[in-house]
Amino acid sequence: MTMNNQGRSTAPGTGEAKELPTISGDRGLDHEEKLIFELGRPGVTGVDMPEVQISETRLGGQRRKGPIGLPGLSEPEVVRHYVRLSRMNYAIDAGLYPLGSCTMKHNPRLNEKMARLPGFGDLHPLAPQSTAQGALALIAELMRWLTTLTGMPAVAMSPKAGAHGELCGMLTIRAAILARGEKRPRILVPESAHGTNPATAAFAGFTVDEVKATPDGRVDVAALKAKLGPDVGAIMLTNPNTCGLFERDIVEIADLVHKAGAYFYCDGANFNAIAGRVRPGDLGVDAMHINLHKTFSTPHGGGGPGAGPVVLSAALAPFAPLPLLVHDAKGFRLIEDHAELPAGAQPFGRMCAFHGQMGMFVRALAYMLSHGRDGVRQASEDAVLSANYILASLKDVMSAPFEGPCMHEALFDEHFLHDTGVSTLDFAKAMIDEGYHPMTVYFPLVVHGAMLIEPTESESKESLDRFIHVLRTLALDAKAGKRERFDGAPRFTPRRRLDETAASRKPVLRWKPKDLPKAAE
Amino acid sequence: MRYLPLTPNDRSAMLAAIGARDVDALFRDVPKSAIVPVSAFDLPDTQGELEVDRALSALAAKNVAADAGPFFCGAGAYKHHVPAAVDHLIQRSEFLTSYTPYQPEIAQGTLQYLFEFQTQVALLTGMEVANASLYDGSTATAEAVLMAQRVTKRYKAILSGGLHPHYAETVETVANLSGEVVRTPVTPGRAEDIAALIDEQTACVVVQSPDVFGLIRDLNPIADAAHAKGALLIAVVTEIVALGLIEPPGLQGADIVAAEGQSIGNGLSFGGPYVGLFATREKFIRQLPGRLSGETVDVEGRRGYVLTLSTREQHIRREKATSNICTNSGLCCLAFTIHLSLLGEEGFARLARANHARSSALADRLVQIKGVSLVTPAFFNEFTLRLPKPAAAVVEALAEKGIIAGVPASRLMPGEPAARDLLIVAATETNTDADCAAFAKALTEVLS
Repeated sequence: MTMNNQGRSTAPGTGEAKELPTISGDRGLDHEEKLIFELGRPGVTGVDMPEVQISETRLGGQRRKGPIGLPGLSEPEVVRHYVRLSRMNYAIDAGLYPLGSCTMKHNPRLNEKMARLPGFGDLHPLAPQSTAQGALALIAELMRWLTTLTGMPAVAMSPKAGAHGELCGMLTIRAAILARGEKRPRILVPESAHGTNPATAAFAGFTVDEVKATPDGRVDVAALKAKLGPDVGAIMLTNPNTCGLFERDIVEIADLVHKAGAYFYCDGANFNAIAGRVRPGDLGVDAMHINLHKTFSTPHGGGGPGAGPVVLSAALAPFAPLPLLVHDAKGFRLIEDHAELPAGAQPFGRMCAFHGQMGMFVRALAYMLSHGRDGVRQASEDAVLSANYILASLKDVMSAPFEGPCMHEALFDEHFLHDTGVSTLDFAKAMIDEGYHPMTVYFPLVVHGAMLIEPTESESKESLDRFIHVLRTLALDAKAGKRERFDGAPRFTPRRRLDETAASRKPVLRWKPKDLPKAAE
Repeated sequence: MRYLPLTPNDRSAMLAAIGARDVDALFRDVPKSAIVPVSAFDLPDTQGELEVDRALSALAAKNVAADAGPFFCGAGAYKHHVPAAVDHLIQRSEFLTSYTPYQPEIAQGTLQYLFEFQTQVALLTGMEVANASLYDGSTATAEAVLMAQRVTKRYKAILSGGLHPHYAETVETVANLSGEVVRTPVTPGRAEDIAALIDEQTACVVVQSPDVFGLIRDLNPIADAAHAKGALLIAVVTEIVALGLIEPPGLQGADIVAAEGQSIGNGLSFGGPYVGLFATREKFIRQLPGRLSGETVDVEGRRGYVLTLSTREQHIRREKATSNICTNSGLCCLAFTIHLSLLGEEGFARLARANHARSSALADRLVQIKGVSLVTPAFFNEFTLRLPKPAAAVVEALAEKGIIAGVPASRLMPGEPAARDLLIVAATETNTDADCAAFAKALTEVLS
């Protein structure tokens, strides 16, 4: 056991704590917290408002008859409840968050401040357009950045997240195919793809056909060639791919796809590896969504919101969905209606009610302006450099399935854990005890027990070295049979391993009043 | 660059450890022809925080914020007062800068608030279960139609003419791929006879209440008619505060409720990010789109939460998933949950009454103006006026006078002759007597 310089044990939450439970059930800074529904009292509110009388004559006989069942709490109680919940979360602000494919980079607070300026945050989507010229100009400027960085002529801004952008791209492709009077129902998707790719293709009314990978982790061009035909609408390819590798044959793949009359959809989830250095438009891409919450650092917020603008080639641009943003003598204008379309535009429809994730647009543009073109390029370089540094520093003790160099993420598999009794999941959970969020595990599916590490450009060398030291030691401990680090990990967390099987066998998806006695235990 | 911690020395040392000559060597798999110099991008170079703040603030200043004067726009996005505590709490690093809770031991904060969110949405809508959000109300409505197709194995959706036209277009865009979408004619201020259109091929009927003109609908007869033919009723709510005062769709026979949650906790933000609410009956949970937080126990037997029923989702089920959604509206859910927790039963009902009282008073005042009449006899906080002139021009003229008067119906349904003179007006607790008086005065002037 490690000791600090006062000679006391530094390992929290071990035997002693369990032998002597606290009176409160809390442990120091670790507070137990009930559900909000188990707190509060009737008649209390945290929002003061004057009481008003209403008549029922204008409610159409539809006045609510019973109570809703919400608890009543004062402001300090609500604040304390959510502050306590927040402390049960890991966060990029608190530590390295190496989730491969998710891009947990630093979220600058300037961007939060900018998104909250009243001119953006308090602007109604249907306010007269003469009163929203600054917002439309911001969207136009973001569009300029996105099209310039990608080398693509057009961009659809309304998709609300990556998967929504994929859907937008695939619907654009579908519209282009229909406009040619063709039917091309089959979409080729490499087996290493994100789950959203096949799900999106199916959502957009296509069938999905998987393409095998080569032993070096890339698309098998021969297998792709064999699958191409007049019924293929598109290929959906992530580049850099989900193994963290650049598809060397990308230009050849694009040519083959185009010669077959199909389109090239690129999943832009990993654009952050190449932004400022490589333009997807130069690679033959027809459509690519850009996760503003990955490459351009809008905060992930515990699972959203995101934003997924889709850049489009000249062939696809006419089919972009409404609304369209145009600029003329009167200034910026949103075209929301088929009757006002510019020549050649044939929008396939509408992705959502308004014009996209304005709050994310402001943050992303603040990121871009802060970095500049030189900073965007440097960020990509640093992300790739950091991932390669991790790969080079760990590949002798962990097992890397593919030869480097990698792009912005380093992929390992479970081979180095063979015969140790430690699984990829155990390894990940032991990282939690060491103060780290685990890497992405068991994805991509093409690798057994995958561990996909994406350090991003936001870590200092000291931070990377410490992380590498911890992972090296864990790998060596696993091989040395020190199972105690892994069995039952994590040990120092608000909750230990949770029973996911029970959760799905008998789903409890909401609180109900009858749970009260049990919860009071 | 202030956001990049690596120094030139660090980079050299790291390259040496890798055994690479330079950074370009790391990009050796990229075709040489595809690598461009930084000068290839016609974009500015890095700037300090002060410069960026200045540039973006200048753009923001060119917009008229809702708070800047009398403001009455609704039609799917509503101006409400959000307590300061909400924005403070959602900016805590642990909420703002965490990912989807894939490692539940270190994400109980997110998982618990999502569980609370699901409970709140179920309670508000009068339904049994809710998911952990979709992107917004319009995409939630589209997902509801697709879910109804899966549940009923039928492919026709009937959309009420009172459904927000942008919602209807969003539904058509995806539901036309797998089935047929029928829209009933627009009937401002009254219910259409939608029941007569329901047949044995109908998967669902989609009805918004209060509808796009603000009219409160009675869903009970439509639910009965749908159920009699084996179809589902999808109820849409764009102003969730209404459910503090009017009967929730779940108690009127709705099978799925798709709603916009922006009004609670979330700012207008020019249309996004918002939060899609999605609630249904327990028997349909395995057909739900999107994430779910579920209760379970840990190895020590303590109550905890995990993402559950993932076999519905794209990362497990791939092309057979119930939806392709991955990222949802996490932080917007949190804002919703905190704001609703602050309001509580008492505060939420009081907020709803304040909205109805304010809009009723405004309607009373505006119909005094010559040539102006009220189209919607029953409404919550939004009503439609018939003006003696095209509403779009009136709105522009009022904007010149510093009054954002509402949404001309013609902006939402441009080809619709019945919409030309209609103005959709929302009034909330944020509008003062002075705002309403200024609106009435200016409208009188513009119409005279």
